[in-house]
Amino acid sequence: MHERLPSNRRVRVNTRTPANQMAIPTIDRTAKRVVLTVQDYSLFAHRAVMNLFRPPRYGSEFLIQADIIGVGSAFIVLLSGFFTGGVLALQSAATLSEFGANGLTGRFVGLTMIRELGPVLTGVMVAGRNASSMASELGSMVVTEQIDAMRALGVDPMRKLVTPRLFACISMLFFLTILADAFGILGGGFVTVVMNHQDGFQYFSTAWESLRYPDIVQGLVKPLFSGFIIASIGCFFGMRTSGGTQGVGRATIQAVVFSSVAIIIADFLLTQVLLSLLARS
Amino acid sequence: MNQTDSASQSDPVPPGLIQAGAASVVAGTPVVAFQNVSIAFDGPSVLQDISFSVAPGETRILLGPAGVGKSVLLKLVNGLLRPDEGSILLFGDEISKMPEEQLFPLRTRTGMVFQEGALFDSLTVRDNVAYQLIQEQIPDSEIDRRVHEALTFVELDETFSLYPVSLSGGMRRRVAIARALIRQPELILYDSPTGGLDPVTSTTIIELVMKERDVYRTPSIFVTHRLQDAFTLCTHRFDPGQGSMVPLPKGHADPNTTFLMLEEGRLIFDGSIHNLVNSDNKFVREFLQ
Repeated sequence: MHERLPSNRRVRVNTRTPANQMAIPTIDRTAKRVVLTVQDYSLFAHRAVMNLFRPPRYGSEFLIQADIIGVGSAFIVLLSGFFTGGVLALQSAATLSEFGANGLTGRFVGLTMIRELGPVLTGVMVAGRNASSMASELGSMVVTEQIDAMRALGVDPMRKLVTPRLFACISMLFFLTILADAFGILGGGFVTVVMNHQDGFQYFSTAWESLRYPDIVQGLVKPLFSGFIIASIGCFFGMRTSGGTQGVGRATIQAVVFSSVAIIIADFLLTQVLLSLLARS
Repeated sequence: MNQTDSASQSDPVPPGLIQAGAASVVAGTPVVAFQNVSIAFDGPSVLQDISFSVAPGETRILLGPAGVGKSVLLKLVNGLLRPDEGSILLFGDEISKMPEEQLFPLRTRTGMVFQEGALFDSLTVRDNVAYQLIQEQIPDSEIDRRVHEALTFVELDETFSLYPVSLSGGMRRRVAIARALIRQPELILYDSPTGGLDPVTSTTIIELVMKERDVYRTPSIFVTHRLQDAFTLCTHRFDPGQGSMVPLPKGHADPNTTFLMLEEGRLIFDGSIHNLVNSDNKFVREFLQ
């Protein structure tokens, strides 16, 4: 059959056309799926937030989730904050010493932790721990029909499961970020005093004196958004799980990946906005 | 072939099967009414043009092979799924387009037993069975009393403080039945409650379904692909004196227990057991064999 083809030109035409025909519908389907997912997520997040303003409210669920997210994540946040502060002090001391500015280590560590690394690091750590747990827990409930059972029993899973997780995550991330900031500065202080043999008083006083209210506001606004991102994405992927246990695994991966990336993108956008809004004197 | 073989256009009653002497279906507004309901999920229709109703006091046994849409139909009844076309009346209310918020109060009037029980694995049996009562903030002493009552009904009172993970498959189904019954629902939906169970445990479950049907006269839809369960339910009654099921006289069947059968998403049979066993429909005949 190939011998009967008159030329190579005809072969090229025949192979290109199907490829084009296949590519366009694939792009079309993917684009529609992405748009639909974003739309679903927006509606989901909107409903989760609005539930707070209408009864019934599940206060005990909020406290349970606050304990799981806040107390449960405290240790990893504390450790990662401490060692990140320590690394910052090590790295900055090496660079600053070239300019004879060793005394500015405290300022560098304090500002970096409070404005940037504290919120982002805490967000990513909590996303890894809690977005995954929310997605897998809710996903397992979906595939074992527990969510349907809850609906059949007349209880709204959005109110009972999603809204308490959302607000617990937002409020706990705020306090966890403060913890990460504090232990980051402590970690930096530890390295400065014990390993770099510098003056601890100078470290802490420069860290304190360089702080301005806009820095603190910037550092404490970000975790509110990160908390929202972690819980809403974790619950969203959990609640739309399909495909049995494999689907639960897929939902967990999606929740961690999307929430971590979203935290970093949101951090960039928020930094832009907050820097323009909060002028630093 | 695809037309519903309904009781109204049925064959004459065969001499072997006579309606039992129990009270016949109570006339009145249907508890559930489907009118030309269709639903699809990203592909061909799962259910097409389904119409049937459940009268007060009636038990409808929904038969069909696995994957034919029986569970989907059951989830349409209480609004867990929404149809693409047609209307569904539950307790006289049109629910096919009803907002989810308005569906919750209606669902509390129904009980549903899921295929695998769907118990909340982080809660004890007590909290599972009492789930609705806890949401309604009923006092603990009252909850405990009613949970004991429901667990006694399914003969599992000893499991009160256990977690679902420590129960066998059959026990989980029985706890799920207790959970569905605790608020004395006006309609019960059983989604293959005997699926995957051994014959002895299946008989225990069937006996419980029969007990609920004959003692409380609660209307229900019973989904199964096991003919044996369906026929046992139809040809036996629960004897409160003996505390167990007893066969109806030979050739008799419960008049309030009728059959529906699905084939490839279409309702191909709606009628009594004697219509079923005498149906000319090729698929029905193959299924019965």
